[in-house]
Amino acid sequence: MSAEPAAPAPAPPRRPFFLLRGRFWVACLPWAWLLLFFLLPFVLIVNVSLSTPDLAVPPYVSPFSQPQAEGQPALPPAFNPDLGSYRRLGDEVADLARPGAELQYLRAFGNSLLLAALTTLCCLLVGYPFAWHIARSAEGTRNTLLMLVMLPFWTSFLLRVYAWMGLLDSSESGLINQALLALGVIDAPLQLLYNSGAVLVGMVYSYLPFMVLPLYANLVKLDMRLLEAARDLGARPWTAFVSITLPLSWRGIVAGSMMVFIPAVGEFVIPDLLGGGGVLMIGRRIWDDFGPNQDWPMAAAVAVVMVLLLIVPIMVFHRHGDRGDGASEAGP
Amino acid sequence: MSARTDSAPHFPAEPDYLRIEGISKRFDDALAVDNVTLGVRRREIFALLGSSGCGKSTLLRMIAGLERPTAGRIVLDGEDLAEVPAFRRPTNMMFQSYALFPHMSVAGNVAFGLRQERPRLTRAQIDARVAEMLELVQLQRYAARKPHELSGGQQQRVALARSLAKEPKLLLLDEPLAALDKKIRQHTQLELVSLIRRVGVTCILVTHDQEEAMTMASRIGVMSEGVLLQVGTPDEIYEHPSCRFTAEFIGETNLFHGRLEGGRLNGSDFPAPLAIAAEAMPAPGTEVWLSVRPERVVLGRQPPAAVNGNVPINAAQGEVDEIAYLGSHSVYHLRLGGGGRRMIASVPSAHWGEASAPARGERVWAWWLAPDGVVLTR
Repeated sequence: MSAEPAAPAPAPPRRPFFLLRGRFWVACLPWAWLLLFFLLPFVLIVNVSLSTPDLAVPPYVSPFSQPQAEGQPALPPAFNPDLGSYRRLGDEVADLARPGAELQYLRAFGNSLLLAALTTLCCLLVGYPFAWHIARSAEGTRNTLLMLVMLPFWTSFLLRVYAWMGLLDSSESGLINQALLALGVIDAPLQLLYNSGAVLVGMVYSYLPFMVLPLYANLVKLDMRLLEAARDLGARPWTAFVSITLPLSWRGIVAGSMMVFIPAVGEFVIPDLLGGGGVLMIGRRIWDDFGPNQDWPMAAAVAVVMVLLLIVPIMVFHRHGDRGDGASEAGP
Repeated sequence: MSARTDSAPHFPAEPDYLRIEGISKRFDDALAVDNVTLGVRRREIFALLGSSGCGKSTLLRMIAGLERPTAGRIVLDGEDLAEVPAFRRPTNMMFQSYALFPHMSVAGNVAFGLRQERPRLTRAQIDARVAEMLELVQLQRYAARKPHELSGGQQQRVALARSLAKEPKLLLLDEPLAALDKKIRQHTQLELVSLIRRVGVTCILVTHDQEEAMTMASRIGVMSEGVLLQVGTPDEIYEHPSCRFTAEFIGETNLFHGRLEGGRLNGSDFPAPLAIAAEAMPAPGTEVWLSVRPERVVLGRQPPAAVNGNVPINAAQGEVDEIAYLGSHSVYHLRLGGGGRRMIASVPSAHWGEASAPARGERVWAWWLAPDGVVLTR
């Protein structure tokens, strides 16, 4: 007797989209969030960057708008981008080789990238021992130590920067100068504020938690027996660190560095307050163009270029983020 | 109970290769290892056996240099290891669950120790040694794989190759097979033993699995609560346990507790005073325990006849409570007399001959010869 062919299972009736299962909506949420709060604003910024500056409210003419004279029939929609802002940036690049060129945007870009890179490096050097120590502490004390790392977040960011100004104040009333004078280490107050050192200290101080937290999350998972195995096999402590700990915490290093580098590029409050505004940052340029200069297309163009400049290295990082890691991957 | 494989011949004249002298380790307020003294001979496979938390791993880690002893000395091949840091000790450890470096290939793992050698080995020397080790564990074809791409058994072999690559004076195995399935484990035990023999390395093995210890080791040290209770060959430990813990931990046993009076054990929950035979009889009045292995107990439907005239026999009637039929033999759980005292007897299936084996609820006689009981004073 042959088996009866199974009747095709009736397809479940399609549900209207608003009755789709909860899983669908959960998956939707991050996409909707990104669409609404990242992609859409970014498209708007790109649109502004392609506009023509104008003395109006808002101070630009959209590339989609058509001049319409009184009484004339409306013209069909068209797209007339104004590349003037990008061209100004391009001209600066072309001017790079010319001595004495002003290069106000490129210089700002360079300053910001340099400061961000230095901040990231210092945060890494300071934050790695931090994270290592917390990850190696007894389980009970870890949360306390993490809390201490995050404690500064409970006060206003600006307040903390002003506190640094008080500390570094270059007059005799600056706290550090006071202490050094009282101890007789120095005779005259040191110029601590309004220089690049002060900016770097402020930056590292402000961004350190962003480095410590991802590094900690990574290092706490590191299997200590791997280090014991390395030691047992003859590795001195430094060799064990370089050949085992460092490659296995690569992802934490990348994550922490991005968490510091990316916001640090756009930072301009700390350089303004602690550096005295002497060094122009790209964030400051955007602020000025949107504000006092009323050149929205230019500011938008700089913002777009900045996003692109950041996204490309991140993608490269991500492509190589798996380097030196096999522990967390499933076998093929 | 599995029999041990051929044990290495003993040369009592040879001094101990590894000497552990009065070693202790205190963690905060807990004494993990308590004044252990032990000698291990050259080329011996020595097992430290005990339940988890008995201090056997701590002892192993002190030998490796990963823990610092609170007191005592470790002397390997005439060299006191006290001030030698772990990375300079001529010992290599195979860690529990292997601790393979996940970001390195199989060959990279095996080469790691060789790269640390000072004076430096040449690349060709390292490559040759890695190839040799991979051939030893038959993983040549997997040299380029990452550990997570290997099966558990293959990972175990990489770990072994890595710990043998530097030709350590002492190979330390921390629960070497605990991460493997039971089936692979039994096969691997013998494979591991033959490989260690072939290499000729002295080996200390830590395990909680008495079968593993008995199969692999030529001698076993039984540990409990940081104390080394007994050291001996597997059959010494099984047949002549020195204390209750060993008797109960290794295999199964029937224990009777009482006081020694007139060459007999009185006051136990066995229905009659127990006849005992001991080479060195403890003083009368001493509190002692009698350990009787299940396979020493004989069951029968009739009371036992006298054997060889005058060997004393302990016998009692009991009711069969449970029977576990295991093919070659059955384990009978008896209730002795009318009381609650239980006893186990392991009886070969052939024992009953033509007659049928007793059924549950049947009353049978159980007895053993006095010399088959082991008298324990602690």
